[in-house]
Amino acid sequence: MTALLEVKGLKAFYGQTQALYDIGFEIASGGITTLLGANGAGKTTTLRAICNMLRTEGTIRFDGQDIVGKATEEIVRLRIAHVPEGRGTFTTLTVEENLRIAAYTRRDKAAVRADLERVFVYFPRLKERLQQQAGTLSGGEQQMLAIARAVMLKPRLMLFDEPSFGLAPLIVVEIFRIMRRINEEEKVSMLLVEQNAALALDLADTAYVLETGRVVMSGPASVVKNDENIRKSYLGY
Amino acid sequence: MEQFLQQIASGLANGAIYACVALALVMIYVSTDHINFAQGEMAMFSTYFAWQLMDWGANYWVAFVAAVLLSFVMGVVVERVILRPLHNAPVLSIVVVFIGLLAIFNSTAGSIWSYLIKEFPSPFPKSSFGIAGVIGPHQLGVVMVTMVVLGLLFLFFRYTPLGLAMRAAAQNPQMARLVGVRVDWMLALGWGLASAVGAVAGIMVAHIVYLDPNMMAGILLYAFAGALVGGISNPGGAVLGGFIVGVLENMVAFAGNQIEKATGVYIIGNGEKLTVALIIVIFVLTVKPAGLFGRVVVKRV
Repeated sequence: MTALLEVKGLKAFYGQTQALYDIGFEIASGGITTLLGANGAGKTTTLRAICNMLRTEGTIRFDGQDIVGKATEEIVRLRIAHVPEGRGTFTTLTVEENLRIAAYTRRDKAAVRADLERVFVYFPRLKERLQQQAGTLSGGEQQMLAIARAVMLKPRLMLFDEPSFGLAPLIVVEIFRIMRRINEEEKVSMLLVEQNAALALDLADTAYVLETGRVVMSGPASVVKNDENIRKSYLGY
Repeated sequence: MEQFLQQIASGLANGAIYACVALALVMIYVSTDHINFAQGEMAMFSTYFAWQLMDWGANYWVAFVAAVLLSFVMGVVVERVILRPLHNAPVLSIVVVFIGLLAIFNSTAGSIWSYLIKEFPSPFPKSSFGIAGVIGPHQLGVVMVTMVVLGLLFLFFRYTPLGLAMRAAAQNPQMARLVGVRVDWMLALGWGLASAVGAVAGIMVAHIVYLDPNMMAGILLYAFAGALVGGISNPGGAVLGGFIVGVLENMVAFAGNQIEKATGVYIIGNGEKLTVALIIVIFVLTVKPAGLFGRVVVKRV
């Protein structure tokens, strides 16, 4: 498998403060990669750096094309869908409008309609709430909406930032199951940032462990998961 | 009774104008959190566009459409050239820029077209238009034109992908970028639309207040009052607020006149209309800052 996303020597800055020092990883086409690490390790920042939401240096190659320095909205147009921390709901728009806006950059109207129907297969609950203001949805439903919205972009790569955050365990399990389905059925690659390392390692095929803005180790998810040293020193469980 | 209806009708006609300018203010406010103090002067400038075109021989409606389109371009250019570099500037800098714009538009109009008051025609036929004794032809026309414009805007924002993108960009710019919306252009487009709506108001009101560089000063205040009454964060509310203020100011003056007639004591009259608007502004800001239809926005600091 060839790498869809290739990151090398990535540095990122919040104003004067450097948050990432040397991040490098790859995402195989069709694969699921996870970034693990403690709070402040730079996981979220790495996702934000890919979408150029802060100042970055280094190399980020998507499908062979260097995307460092491109505007966020142009990177999105390459079909990289970001499911952000806090879900990024358009609270005053309806659920339906939230889904439609995600297809704003697409010109294939018939395919958009088909995708909308498929999204309802993944998330039947959203169909019931179509005309509701998105801000009135529960946390779990808003997370579903955020993922559904990302699917509506017809992405080649999906970036997930803490999809389990603040949700009841049962909902989390459901959401992760749907994420796997989406990965298989939509043939979309995924990059997952997650506090819940056990959950992430179950879903992912490759894992990278971050510490203070650097990659400190990496390997197949199954290996990382069963390595007691890594677990104890970096993942805290 | 007839007088009362007359006052209501002319209040609605004025209210239509305020509603347009209020909507222009709100359109910029919801996407940038700033009140464009130059909105009125931009509308005045647009009205001069229309006057100039007619002076060169254009038909009223040709001049109207051309001036509205020109104003749209003017709004886009102002945003791209002047406000774009200030996206991250502190609030106070932006306020100063707005005041500067106000002065620039005002004095530019004065130097091009002079400060002499000009008459501005009405396109609505005197006979067979309006309801005798209640509403005049121009007033009825104003209400109709503004209703059409407001209706078109509503349809645009509610049902077109571009309108949806503009609402999304106003509500959550960062997420809008993450679905591929070019947020900066949406802002410029918002300025263009606000400027165009302001132009409609300016051209419609010029027949009533006459054309001069200061014609919009009072109207901007009324519109601001209307936007506040309706809720500065709610476009529909602002429109309604504009109408409410228009009718209210007339009612207050009407009541004052009736009292004077009955008792001979002068309390309030036409001269105090603008004061009423200011009292409304202060009242709303102290008692119900979110307005009648606005939402209370809680900001985390």
